[in-house]
Amino acid sequence: MTLARRIIPCLDVDAGRVVKGIEFEGLRDMGDPAELAARYNREGADELVMLDISASHQGRSTFLDTIRRVAEQLNLPLTAGGGIRTMEEGRAVLRAGADKVTVNTAAVERPELISELAQQFGSQAVVLSVDVKRKGNSWEPYVRGGREATGMDAAAWVTEAVQRGAGEILLTSIDRDGTCSGFDCELTARIAATVSVPVIASGGANGFQDFLEVFTRGCADAALAASIFHNATHSIPDLKQFLAEGGVPVRRPMSSSKGTP
Amino acid sequence: MDAARVIVLPGVGHFSAFVAGLRERKLTGALRDASRAGVPILGICLGLQVMFSRSEEAPGETGMGFFTEEVRALPTNVKSPHIGWNQVRRTRESRLLRGVPEDAYFYFAHSFAAPAETQATVAACDHGLAFAAVIEAGNLRAVQFHPEKSGDVGALVLRNFLNSVEFPGLPQ
Repeated sequence: MTLARRIIPCLDVDAGRVVKGIEFEGLRDMGDPAELAARYNREGADELVMLDISASHQGRSTFLDTIRRVAEQLNLPLTAGGGIRTMEEGRAVLRAGADKVTVNTAAVERPELISELAQQFGSQAVVLSVDVKRKGNSWEPYVRGGREATGMDAAAWVTEAVQRGAGEILLTSIDRDGTCSGFDCELTARIAATVSVPVIASGGANGFQDFLEVFTRGCADAALAASIFHNATHSIPDLKQFLAEGGVPVRRPMSSSKGTP
Repeated sequence: MDAARVIVLPGVGHFSAFVAGLRERKLTGALRDASRAGVPILGICLGLQVMFSRSEEAPGETGMGFFTEEVRALPTNVKSPHIGWNQVRRTRESRLLRGVPEDAYFYFAHSFAAPAETQATVAACDHGLAFAAVIEAGNLRAVQFHPEKSGDVGALVLRNFLNSVEFPGLPQ
């Protein structure tokens, strides 16, 4: 009996469409969020993350609509966020059908937001998203879609966030994101050893071997990727087969399990 | 509540917010009456925990008390919250898990748990300690995981719950 390592496709959403960003710049249309969600639900994804990258006031109601459309397709957990600034905005995301809300920039500016969300909805519903760049032997969190340095230290920031009630850390390496050079296992292992909550590794997934490494060397509890799944160059069932053969505990959908009724 | 043929106690959040919410809506007594009258009740996650008499999450609060044990925090030597997909170990024949493969995974998201030694436990899970994952006793059923988030096996658990209760008006 083991806690399975999770595979999490990520939908970056702008104006109701899934888009692909490269190094936080430049967008390409990758399809309809509900259609992709239905596919991942079928293929055995363990969870879905949906990020609003439009971050405009007008975009917010479209995003809530998209959450509703995506949630209808899922019998899996859904995490959603992007530009969440207040508890009420968090509530709207959860009401729309997400199980967890992710916060990033607003939590850096006002860490109490994490405490408020955790008190209201429970730690299991609060995911702290941290985008970091390597700086010598440590990592620095960046905000506003990875554009603005904070001068903080990633390990110190996640420690505070967990004390305030964050139930999971979604950790993105800006250096690796979109460059397809593999997860930053050193970063993931460092943060996983720092906090007592699950760590979701993100940024740089390019092939099956990257996932195996982030679950072993990187000590990640979950791994997130976008384009390699959207492109269908890498299927989730094949990835899980590869991980299982490498000794990583993964969940298989019921139909492929032994002793099906 | 009087007309309810079946009751589902879902729940995420805080133990005290849940029981206070029941109290404010004057549902605590109605829920007790319904349980006494044999109405099938399914507790999910926090809904399982409030079936117990008390929780370490809210020391001053009183739960429904259907079970006398205390809900405890998960130990500090493991990652908490226990978030993700885990398997369960069956300790007795289970109606909710009928047809569910032994090695099936369920989605958990919680920091507190009821002791596995609870008499009504039919399946346990391990995360730092053994805790009750599935409870069945008379008309009471409860799961610590989220069947509604557990893919096809979760849907089967919910189907089993509906199939295991007999009441008029259930669409087949």
